[in-house]
Amino acid sequence: MQTAIDFSHYLKKVGSDLLHLDLAVEGINCAGCMAKIERNLSKIPDVTSARVNLTDRRLALEWRAGAVNPADFVDRLAELGYRAYPFEPTGVETREAERASALLRRLGVAAFAAMNVMMLSVPVWSGNVSDMLPEQRDFFHWLSALIVLPAAAYSAQPFFSSAYTALRARGVNMDVPISIGIVLALAMSLFETIVHAEHAYFDAAIMLIAFLLAGRYLDQNMRRRTRAFAGNLAALKAETATKFINDDEIRAVPVAAIQPGDIVLIRPGERSAVDGSVIGGQSEIDQSLITGETLPTTIREGSAIYAGTLVRSGAVRIRVSAASEATLLSEISRLLENAVQSRSRYLRLAERASRLYAPVVHVAALLTMIGWLIAGAGLHDSIVTAIAVLIITCPCALGLAIPAVQTVASGALFGSGVLLNSGDAIERMAEVDRVIFDKTGTLTLPELDVANGEAIPVDVFDLAGRLALSSRHPVAAAVARAAGAKAPVPDVEEEPGQGVFGVVDGVEVRLGRPSWCGADEMANQILHADPEASVVAFRRGQTRHVFAVRQRVRPDAARVISTLQRMGLAVEMLSGDREPAVRAAALSLGIHQWRAEVTPVDKIARIEDLARHGHKVLMVGDGLNDAPALAAAHASMSPVTATHMSQAVADAVFLGEQLAPVETAIVISRSALRLMRQNLWLAVVYNVLAVPVAIAGLVTPLIAAAAMSGSSLLVMLNALRARHTGGLV
Amino acid sequence: MEVLVYLVPLAITLGALGLAAFLWSLGNGQYDDLDGAAWRAIADDDPSEEASS
Repeated sequence: MQTAIDFSHYLKKVGSDLLHLDLAVEGINCAGCMAKIERNLSKIPDVTSARVNLTDRRLALEWRAGAVNPADFVDRLAELGYRAYPFEPTGVETREAERASALLRRLGVAAFAAMNVMMLSVPVWSGNVSDMLPEQRDFFHWLSALIVLPAAAYSAQPFFSSAYTALRARGVNMDVPISIGIVLALAMSLFETIVHAEHAYFDAAIMLIAFLLAGRYLDQNMRRRTRAFAGNLAALKAETATKFINDDEIRAVPVAAIQPGDIVLIRPGERSAVDGSVIGGQSEIDQSLITGETLPTTIREGSAIYAGTLVRSGAVRIRVSAASEATLLSEISRLLENAVQSRSRYLRLAERASRLYAPVVHVAALLTMIGWLIAGAGLHDSIVTAIAVLIITCPCALGLAIPAVQTVASGALFGSGVLLNSGDAIERMAEVDRVIFDKTGTLTLPELDVANGEAIPVDVFDLAGRLALSSRHPVAAAVARAAGAKAPVPDVEEEPGQGVFGVVDGVEVRLGRPSWCGADEMANQILHADPEASVVAFRRGQTRHVFAVRQRVRPDAARVISTLQRMGLAVEMLSGDREPAVRAAALSLGIHQWRAEVTPVDKIARIEDLARHGHKVLMVGDGLNDAPALAAAHASMSPVTATHMSQAVADAVFLGEQLAPVETAIVISRSALRLMRQNLWLAVVYNVLAVPVAIAGLVTPLIAAAAMSGSSLLVMLNALRARHTGGLV
Repeated sequence: MEVLVYLVPLAITLGALGLAAFLWSLGNGQYDDLDGAAWRAIADDDPSEEASS
């Protein structure tokens, strides 16, 4: 049933005669699958390597060019029970992966230096209380400097560059006090070493760098994993387009291989995978995914068409446009730009904490120095004590407090089917007090479904479903899906514009327009009771049945909405759809606040109005028309079926047919925010205990090292508690 | 204490070797699939019968 796909876009040449292909594979979740796939694919002649990546759920294949057709691999995998599709990593994913491995490299260097310096520090610490010659101590200090200075210069670069960027924008972030702390500690230690003094803090500085890098790496790795997973999902959607390779020859190619200016054919029942303009043909289209409007409109030559549009009646030729100059899209892009700007004004918890933290600590250090000077200490001793204050307060725990919780919480969210686009989304989702849902595709499922299935005899349903497999019409496809039909009826013919027919056991069967099947009266009854439904009639001999097909609400939508309301959140529905449809959905779901026929501008206006009154809104939507609202809201989520643009601007994407991930996301985020605050308080308590010791001038390198690791461990352990919330929900 | 002349360079060389090994393994892609590597260690090498079923 699947047309052959042109794989050439995904093939990579390795060496002179080897070809390489990456496949995203659905259903690999255990070691057994891994072994089974590798063993079976290696058996194909000419295959030189088949290797599964269990973390990313991907398969890398290499074979000698020539005899093997790449489509054979996909077929072989299908026989084994795995759906596979070629993929190519997106730019974002590649960048995230590169960043993760760069962080790991820096972490390796920092950890190596920390361990070796520890080896040199322990004798100094113990030597200071026993009998170590000053020359030996100096020698050890110099060795430490030799190891730590280059290692720190290399591994602390992420902090330095981030601090520099923040300072240049006249702001302060967490990395500013971290960088100041590191630089001062290293500079002072070097100076102390030169003047043969007793204390050097090389070990504390490099350990701090290693701890912070560990936190960042965890954070980055989580993000990389989410990206890889999202990349697989996109690949498994297996979006292809039918492209004209010359005037009258067509071929199915992956969407990724379509260039602007190409001409593609869209047949009835297909969704457009590209933006473009119509250059031939005429058709009714359903733009519900894009505008939320379920009523079909007509397109003809010159009309614009957007990715996600369902073509219903006739085939059309589309010229693919580069940047769509169409009015709807450019309007939405403009709204989007404004909305994204307003969101960037949000101050993250870590930034707010560091805004308080940096001045307090730096003033405390300055006061310490002045205090010791007044008390009669020498300039050198006063400066050393002041720097000790900076080192001991250096935000090791503070820098880990938030990323550690974020990592653990996003892991828990990942487990319950929520993929985060940004780490700070957790904080914003925890703060919301109002949830606004879009209707079409968000509260309802994106696919049509049969509504009166129980009124139709099982054998009729079954046969109608098998017959429906031969039609491309979306309503017929819904019948086939609902019946779970697998085996098409043989020798089915299509009556254009009417339906499909065939012969089963000597009796003619028809599926199509009610008038064609002589079932007008039954159809009118259904349409009268449910004006939102589409109908399709089935006739076998003289028996007639009519299927009512409509969008079904997500199975758990009503439960989730009442739970959200019980959690104290106001729930609202804004839809671009017509009033009767929205009213009916609101009634059945128990949503008291709703508005119909809302434009993208109205949605933003509503959200901004709520924001002015101090409300924090979580927007859940999927259409292109929701994209600006998603970006404008305090936090936002999209189902995985949403349009590309909506998925890209939403803070999180959720998988599956259920609406429950929305509830889970709020619950996990709230407990994660609680843990972040707790962690910040732990860091404050640690500082309250440690700072007086530092101000009193009692901090030795040993105390600094111990205090720093102790507080980091405490914060990490506390962060791990965020896992349990994931298990409970 | 003359022993330091040997021991310190030796210790640092060992550490540097460890670092070099880590960087090599990182570049070699050994951390790309931690989940899979964990299972590969206990997988049977010989192609068994159940594979063809």
